[in-house]
Amino acid sequence: MGKTIAEKIFDAHLVDQPYEGVNVLRLDAVFCHEITTPIAITDLMARGKDRVFDPSKIKAVIDHVTPAKDSKTAEQGKILRDWARRHDIKDFFDIGRNGVCHAIFPEKGFARPGYTIIMGDSHTCTHGAFGAFAAGVGTTDLEVGILKGVCAFKKPETIKFVLNGSLPEGVYAKDAILYIISQLGVNGATNRVMEFTGPVIDAMSMESRMTLCNMAIEAGGTVGICYPDMVTVEYLWPFIKDQFADKAAALKEYSKWISDSDAQFEQVIEYDLSALVPKATFGYKPDQVKSISELEGTPVDQVYIGSCTNGRIEDLRVAAKVLKGKKIADSVRAILSPATPAIYKQALSEGLLDIFTDAGFCVTNPTCGACLGMSNGVLADGEVCASTTNRNFSGRMGKGGMVHLMSPATAAATAITGTITNSLLFKG
Amino acid sequence: MHTFGGNVLFLDRSDINTDEIIPAKYLTEITKAALKPYLLEDLILEGFEQKRDIADKQVVVTRANFGCGSSREHAPWALEVNGVYVVIAESFARIFRQNMFNCGMCAIELPAETIDMLFSQFSGSATSVKVDLDRGELNFSADGKTEAVSFQVAPFDHELVKAGGWVDYADTKY
Ligand code: SF4
Repeated sequence: MGKTIAEKIFDAHLVDQPYEGVNVLRLDAVFCHEITTPIAITDLMARGKDRVFDPSKIKAVIDHVTPAKDSKTAEQGKILRDWARRHDIKDFFDIGRNGVCHAIFPEKGFARPGYTIIMGDSHTCTHGAFGAFAAGVGTTDLEVGILKGVCAFKKPETIKFVLNGSLPEGVYAKDAILYIISQLGVNGATNRVMEFTGPVIDAMSMESRMTLCNMAIEAGGTVGICYPDMVTVEYLWPFIKDQFADKAAALKEYSKWISDSDAQFEQVIEYDLSALVPKATFGYKPDQVKSISELEGTPVDQVYIGSCTNGRIEDLRVAAKVLKGKKIADSVRAILSPATPAIYKQALSEGLLDIFTDAGFCVTNPTCGACLGMSNGVLADGEVCASTTNRNFSGRMGKGGMVHLMSPATAAATAITGTITNSLLFKG
Repeated sequence: MHTFGGNVLFLDRSDINTDEIIPAKYLTEITKAALKPYLLEDLILEGFEQKRDIADKQVVVTRANFGCGSSREHAPWALEVNGVYVVIAESFARIFRQNMFNCGMCAIELPAETIDMLFSQFSGSATSVKVDLDRGELNFSADGKTEAVSFQVAPFDHELVKAGGWVDYADTKY
């Protein structure tokens, strides 16, 4: 019988099965940020275990609150920084070179097909876009990852999604994943691998695939995963060109990380997305999703474009296209946070930042910022934000605030009118 | 190893997420103890009063998908520093569940019907529960009513609870 991509990755990384169903896997990379890692570091120190299994496999970034906003966040940054220096962790990204973890790590080529990756961050599933088994974990698992380079997983069942057709104009990966989550529910894929396949995925850029996999956790999924293909190879080529004779050779090698046709899936779910319409959330759970036409006219106080879901160059291009030559409504304030310095520079050189600032956006440095309500755009009680982030939990962007999750195109259109708006209104 | 059991806090809702258990703004704390006052601060549940309802509770009984959302281990820690070492639910989000056992705490899953029964029999009364981890038995009691419920914890999870968590276990073994 054939195997799924997750099963193949498990087989290739298995270190131990201490009990039935418990698989201790060797890790190819451990990613770290300054919110969940410092407490792991402090705990390891208190246990007399201030060690790292392999500094070259640990990647660290200060991204959630940067520049530090107060003494506590400064302390968190300092603990991570000192630790990275102490253990000679070369891939450490501090202010000026830092960006949102799930944007900057892939951009540096750290996520690869067939890899096992953990991070103390639930949206680590983003890196599955590269055909990696990348899962969010808590602090204790992170500590063990740092110390020993292993992590224990139960072997998850796989739900395979076949996304047929092609996305219509004005509809993006964000709309697709919001739709999928609304169908599954926030608990619909708990302990499951969500495999995304089909013509819609084949036609997607790596950026869009990352948007899709990023939100697997919002349906409870352990990981979201796409099969590596030529799009993956092209994206990774600058980092792997010395490893392979040519791109075809790389593709051949990476193609081993694809589910076999006779693999056993718990479920295969097919959607035809040719008639999909733009979507947004309306409540405090990511599965509370409506079509934009049903939400049209809902006033917002703030528009936020950024985050590990939709702060990449493709997202900025889409939003800028809608905003070009327009002004945001007087009733809203709008914030753009390009996810990494490279994206910031690219947007600058393409003139996108001019479009945003001319429209009335505030452009911040790369950071998580408002996404988790820690800085750079926290909402007041009763305020509403149209946001390209991934989580609309109560209090997420500030106590008493309401977040509508949507695509960058919809967010841009919403900034112009001040109420939730279909971006097709401003096409052309 | 913790001692498990005690007074029960009933939370009659599914999908209680990690931001409700401990809001992100407290993630800048670098000690567990500092999280104590903020447990369930943002919980959306009619009639719930944080200070009054959490006081002197050692066990939470709730519905499905408890602990969904973020990976923050601050969620079990916030429970831990309030003396709550056991959560009993119809189901848990994966990361939260693993975090509980990794910390040497207990996440117990029971079938939906059993959870229904517990809510209908006991919520609203001052309820306590005895937890016998080795025998897999829960004994609920309130106002002279008692109810015994059996449960299962996977051997590996049991081992983690006994070892006091995963760090020492893994460091010795791998
Ligand atoms: S952008 Fe938001 S969701 Fe992404 S890592 Fe940062 S806080 Fe988490």
